Amino acid sequence: MTDDSENQGIPEPEGEVALIETDYEIGQDNVDGSVGPFGFDIHNPVFMISGLSIVLFVFYTLALPEQSGVVFSWLFTTVTTSFDWFFIGAANIFVLFCFLLIVTPYGRVRLGGADATPDYSYIGWFAMLFAAGMGIGLMFYGVSEPMSHFSSSFGGVAMGEDGVRTDWAPLGGAEGDQVEAVRLGMAATIFHWGLHPWAIYAVVALSLALFSYNKGLPLTIRSAFYPILGERVWGWWGHVIDTLAVFATLFGLATSLGFGATQANAGLNELFGVPTGSTTEVILISAITAVALISVLRGLDGGVKVLSEINMGLAIALLIFVLLVGPTLLLLTGFVDYLVAYVQYLPQLANPLGREDVNFTQGWTAFYWAWWISWSPFVGMFIARVSRGRTVREFVICVLLIPSLVCVLWMSVFGGIAIDQVVSDGYTVAQEAALELKLFKMLDQLPLVQITSLIGIVLVIVFFVTSSDSGSLVIDTITAGGKVDAPVPQRVFWCVFEGAVAIVLLLSAGGLKSLQSMVISTGLPFTVVLLMMCWAIWKGLSTEAH
Amino acid sequence: MFNTIMIPVDLAHQDRLSKALQCAADLARHYKAKVIYVGVAAATPSSIAHSPEEFKKKMAEFAASQAEMHGIAAEAHAMISHDPATDLDPTLLKAVKETRADLVVMASHIPNLTDYIWPSNGGTIAGHADASVMVVRD
Repeated sequence: MTDDSENQGIPEPEGEVALIETDYEIGQDNVDGSVGPFGFDIHNPVFMISGLSIVLFVFYTLALPEQSGVVFSWLFTTVTTSFDWFFIGAANIFVLFCFLLIVTPYGRVRLGGADATPDYSYIGWFAMLFAAGMGIGLMFYGVSEPMSHFSSSFGGVAMGEDGVRTDWAPLGGAEGDQVEAVRLGMAATIFHWGLHPWAIYAVVALSLALFSYNKGLPLTIRSAFYPILGERVWGWWGHVIDTLAVFATLFGLATSLGFGATQANAGLNELFGVPTGSTTEVILISAITAVALISVLRGLDGGVKVLSEINMGLAIALLIFVLLVGPTLLLLTGFVDYLVAYVQYLPQLANPLGREDVNFTQGWTAFYWAWWISWSPFVGMFIARVSRGRTVREFVICVLLIPSLVCVLWMSVFGGIAIDQVVSDGYTVAQEAALELKLFKMLDQLPLVQITSLIGIVLVIVFFVTSSDSGSLVIDTITAGGKVDAPVPQRVFWCVFEGAVAIVLLLSAGGLKSLQSMVISTGLPFTVVLLMMCWAIWKGLSTEAH
Repeated sequence: MFNTIMIPVDLAHQDRLSKALQCAADLARHYKAKVIYVGVAAATPSSIAHSPEEFKKKMAEFAASQAEMHGIAAEAHAMISHDPATDLDPTLLKAVKETRADLVVMASHIPNLTDYIWPSNGGTIAGHADASVMVVRD
């Protein structure tokens, strides 16, 4: 053997792990061959079912845009009104479960074996966590969400004739009380971007990392269910779980791509007068998907990682710029104030039962939870792939607490300055603008607006690219039965179809609403999957040395 | 003329390698060179191995069986990659440096349409490695 101290080959034995003994061989159900010159290696039947359904779905929505629009809108209303309590309750369980993992001895288990060492530095790791996790969302909602909650809280409660609230204020609102309206608005925003989403990601990521690195099972969602289902996970139970994960990922991604496209379009319109509308959005999605394809071909280290680091640099620059040219002290004290407000309002906001603020819980919270849950297989698998060598405690703290704090900072600065423009300067343009425009209208009041708006657009587009790229990577791995070295044309297929789904849903009668309703409907069954996953993680950890 | 011959092997597709393996062994006997079998895998479980350690062991076993079969001096060199489907070329080029090979013997398919988009690994290695490269068509 060559001397290991000087080469970069596989590290020496990495300490004890409790492998799961199974006769299943990774890729045993796969079909490989080639279509013309293009090779493939796919899982049967997960690829077939999910691929065919998506293709049929695209054609159905294109052929009957009116009818499908009605169906999507019905789905959205039905699921959010009947199951809002379920989403809210489940998300609370995920947060509590993560805190439990931090404090129990299971936190000492190391992913990849007792002596495994991390492959990525903290910086590269966090850059990828954010770019994959919520990049586009932070751009889309950074200004618009705090502003919306502030406005609706300030407006107070309004009752409809049937005794159901018609206002969108969180909790009881804060009618006429500006200070309290700001606090409540920020607390509600932080609630949607803080602990809960990251707990959802952490659960999925941890289960994937644990069951593949420590247990030797394939890197797919079904592996986490081995402690519960045993050998049955390789049969139809597993097929269903993996197919659900593919649907959730695809629609979750398409929604973000839809948001990204509408916002990039709005920004380009502001800066260069590019016309808004579905034609521009379709061109944007197509063009950005083409860029994503290049990134797909460059792979994990050459594509996603590089782009994520560029984007993190740009996002930090924009954050610091806004912080410095804005009312710096106010924004920084705001960070602390809003954190306190978050802690104060958290028990009420997280309460799943007997809520009167139905528009808020159904239209905002339930949608967010479904969105994060539908993103979780994607972000989770992505986090799992770059997290080998970390302990469970380090992992949960890093995935749960640090991104939450960064989100709080982001929201405090972007939301804080926009609200301050209303409160102190009486500048209400951002308040009245459409959701996708609010960021640019806020930047309008600051110096160097041409440059900052351009950075804003670039950020949206690059986040779009990283999401589309890493999403293709993840869906490809699931539909290849956990193989990470399947032929690259498969990733290209998924990358193209993510764009296609985003386009047809934007074109359908409901537009963004259609995207959101698909997210909600695929997020619901996947919530059940996630709840069972918590139990599986617990059982899996109990057999590891800790 | 050659002291160290490196040959990349994919343990999952040994059937497609027989010509290249034979060729490398023949050259090794002729030049009294050592053959280093290089395998590339991700840290995630695969059909070959559940962990990097197991992969390393399988590579060593493979090298030992080749050494015995052909009566040559052989070693294994396992490489880990985050994304073997796209990182294969740079990883193999790194392996050429690490093993200090002066000849690379590689199996490669007959070029087709896709080679315009995804150039074959053999072609890329031949284009970039410091060592001599022999591409064996299957």
